[in-house]
This record gives sequence, C-alpha cells and structure tokens, in this order.
Amino acid sequence: MRREFPLVITFVCGITMIVQFFIPHEPFGGMKSYFQHSYMIIAAFAMLLGIGNLTKIHVKKIRDKRPQWGYSIVLLAGLLGMAIPGLFIGGIKEDTIFDFLFKNAHVPMQSTMFSLLAFFVASASYRAFRARTVDAALLLIAGFVVMLGRAPIGDYLTSFMPDGWQMSDYANWIMAIPNTAGQRAIMMGAALGVVATSLRVILGIERSYLGGE
Amino acid sequence: MAPAMKRGIVDRLRDIDRRIIFIFIVAAVVIPLLRPIGLPLKSSPPSRALYQQFESLPQGAVVLMAFDYDPATDVELGPMSLAILKHCFRKGHKVVGLALWPQGAGLARATFAEAAEGFNVKYGVDYVNLGFKAGGLVVIDSLGRSFSGSFPKDIDGRPVENLPLMKNINTYADIDFVMSMSAGDPGLPFWIMMAQGRYGKKVGGGCTAVSAPMLYPYYPNQLVGLLGGMKGAAEYELLVSAKGAATKGMDAQSIAHAAIVLFVIIGNIFYFISRRREGRGGSRI
Repeated sequence: MRREFPLVITFVCGITMIVQFFIPHEPFGGMKSYFQHSYMIIAAFAMLLGIGNLTKIHVKKIRDKRPQWGYSIVLLAGLLGMAIPGLFIGGIKEDTIFDFLFKNAHVPMQSTMFSLLAFFVASASYRAFRARTVDAALLLIAGFVVMLGRAPIGDYLTSFMPDGWQMSDYANWIMAIPNTAGQRAIMMGAALGVVATSLRVILGIERSYLGGE
Repeated sequence: MAPAMKRGIVDRLRDIDRRIIFIFIVAAVVIPLLRPIGLPLKSSPPSRALYQQFESLPQGAVVLMAFDYDPATDVELGPMSLAILKHCFRKGHKVVGLALWPQGAGLARATFAEAAEGFNVKYGVDYVNLGFKAGGLVVIDSLGRSFSGSFPKDIDGRPVENLPLMKNINTYADIDFVMSMSAGDPGLPFWIMMAQGRYGKKVGGGCTAVSAPMLYPYYPNQLVGLLGGMKGAAEYELLVSAKGAATKGMDAQSIAHAAIVLFVIIGNIFYFISRRREGRGGSRI
C-alpha cells in the first residue's frame, strides 16, 4: 500500500487535471480549484520544510565542527536575523526592522553576489571561448555581434553604416531569426519530452519520484 | 632555471592571472559610471512594441504586473519596472502588482513608492500590491477563477475587498494587459502559457539579458513586447522620456562588453599562436 496509494493519488490528480483542461465544467472545474488551492498550500509548506531542513543540516554541521562550520553560523544568524523581526517584531510591513534589513542588507548583498558573475564571465571568456572549429567560430562571431549590438557601443562603432545596417540591427536579426529557430526547436523537443514524462508518471510507469528505484 | 621562468610571453599571457582581468573589468565598469561618455542609444522593435501597447490602452485600463524577480536581478529588472509604472501612471492606467517570487513583493513595494512620486496616484485606488503567493503556474491559472480567492489580502494584510481598485477585479476578464518582469522560473513563460494561451490576455514582459534569447520565440504573436536586460530598460526609459538608472548604466555596460570581446579576441590570438607553434614544434617566443 505504501507504493500503491501514492500511485493512485498521482493517477487521479493527473487525469482530473487533463480532463478539466478540455471540459472546464462541474464537477471538473470545482476539482481543479480544489487541487489548485491544495497545491498552493503544499507549496507554502514546502518552503517551511526547506527552512527546517536547512536549519537541521547546518546545526549538525556546527555541532560536529565540520570544515567551514563558521559559515553555517553566519547562515543561521542571517536566517534568524530576518525571520525573527518578520515574524515577531513588527511583521513585514513598511518601516519595520524586517523592511530595513531587506532594503539595506539583503538587497545589496544579493545584488553584489550576482554582479560578481561579470568578472567570472570575463575570465572564463578569455580562457575558454576558443574558435577551435568552424561551428565554434560561428558561435564566437554571433556572440560578438550580440554582445556589441546589445549595448550602445555597437551602434557607435558602426555609426558610419546606414540606418538598418548597424550592429544593433544585426544583433536583432540574430535574436529574431537564427536564435528563434533554434530555441523553438529546443522548446518543442522539451515540450514533447514533458508530455511523455508526465504520461509515464501519471500512468505509474515512471516511479522514481517515489524514491528507492 | 625553474620551469616557470622558461615560459614564453605567449604562454604567460595565455595563462594570465585572472585578477588582472578582474582589474580591467572593474575599470571598464567604474570609469564610465564616474565619467559618462553619453553613447547614443536607439530602441529595438520589441521595446517599441511594448511601448505602443501601453500607449494604445485606454485611460483607466487595468494592468496586471508580476514582479517575478529577486534582488540579484533588480539591477536589470528594477529600472524597467520603474519606467513601466511611471508610464502607466502618466497614462492613467491602474496597476495590480503581485509576485511569484518571495522577494519580488518587497521589491514591488519599493518600486511602486518610487514610481508614485510626482504623480497624483493613491494606493488602493490607482495601484495595489497583492504580495507573494507560492505556487507559480498554479497561481497564474487560479487567477482565471478568482483574484480574491488566490490573494484574499494585500501585502500589508488588508482584505482586498476593502481596496476600491479590487472591487471590480476578479478574473482575467477584468484585466486589460498582463506584464511579467521575470528573472526565471516561475516567470514570463508561465504567464504566456496560462494568461495568454489559456485566457487569451495580451502579455508583455521584461527579462534579464541572459534569458532574452529564450523568450524571443514568443514575440510578437504570444508576447506583445519584450524588454531584455538593462539595455531593454534603458530603451524603455528613452521611449517614455524618463532617463534613470538603466540609461546611466549603458556606458558602463558598453565598455564592459567591449572589454570582454577584446579579451576573447586576445585569448584566441594567443591560442592560435601557441597551436601553430606546437604544430611546428618550434621554439617559444
């Protein structure tokens, strides 16, 4: 029963959601609404589960004094430092401690982390982006055009060209024609894969999500 | 002599310390920010299409705007959200904000407050912030059934039935245009899939520069217009004549892009020199 019961739930929910898409009337409309609300509640609890799991792992790391356990203290301090004011001291409204920490600590720190990417992209480009083959050379040229065309410097460098023939126009063409063609092919392939995998899950052929297989 | 000392100039430049590259990138970003060059900027067709869409909406139209991003991408998506909100307020459109990302709700609050400055707009009447709801695609779909069912309260816990703007809004039928500022999943593709595909609403979007290629296939049929990255934000600022953070960042982005392109060219030059030398088995430079 431990395996059969989840399989039955998956089958019933999956079939109901497919049927309601084509027949959006009662009782399917009501069932869809019920499943949607259940999903949103479960998704909210999944966040709690994630926080609980994160706390458990890092408390254990600190207790066992595993390598770099100091970072775990910082993580837990950050977690509690945001959660306690948000939950118990003024809530998450404007002009609260939580709001102050969000604006003045969380936002700048996360922006900083993301902006570091530019440095690694530059370094990696220098070392790894090589025209080893014709394909790689084409990719490299397309990359140059899009990088320069997606910034004002591209048009500045090609300002001697007539309107419609400047760098941003080439970049727009690459994005709209070859890129769109390639992306659509990938998306259609992925969509067919999603349909196939979903059917396997709903019909109980694919059971890896239950664990143990 | 130590092996390291025997290395030629080409090898040393090919394996240059990444900290030197980092210094060049810092200079490429900081100098243009301190001393702007003022490189000319022109708008792209997807940006102009989005601008035209907002222009074509009648006064008092309701725009649903999703702040599906976090502080990491606020540098790109924040300025475009601000420019769009200013455009909406100037045209007299009503805006219903919500977030599928937890931090998006807080960023929306700050952006609404900044955009409202200088306009005679009032919270609850001209705009609302419904806050965050977990569930992604399912939340988008559930709005087709009931806004108040999915978002019974706004970000500060006020019941939505007490907000004048929300009194006449309950499903997508009451929305004139859907806009998603998207940094990933859940985000713009889901809005296209549900709000456009299933409920037939016109959808526009803003996204990070790296995710723009993935969203181009939807434009212009399923996606009315698209702002890609900081350039897209700067283009919109240009279109609405409200120069802001994105326009200021364009020079820095230009020089940084040029620096990276230059690094790639130099890296390839050294790669080909060393490959040719290895092929000949000749001596080092």
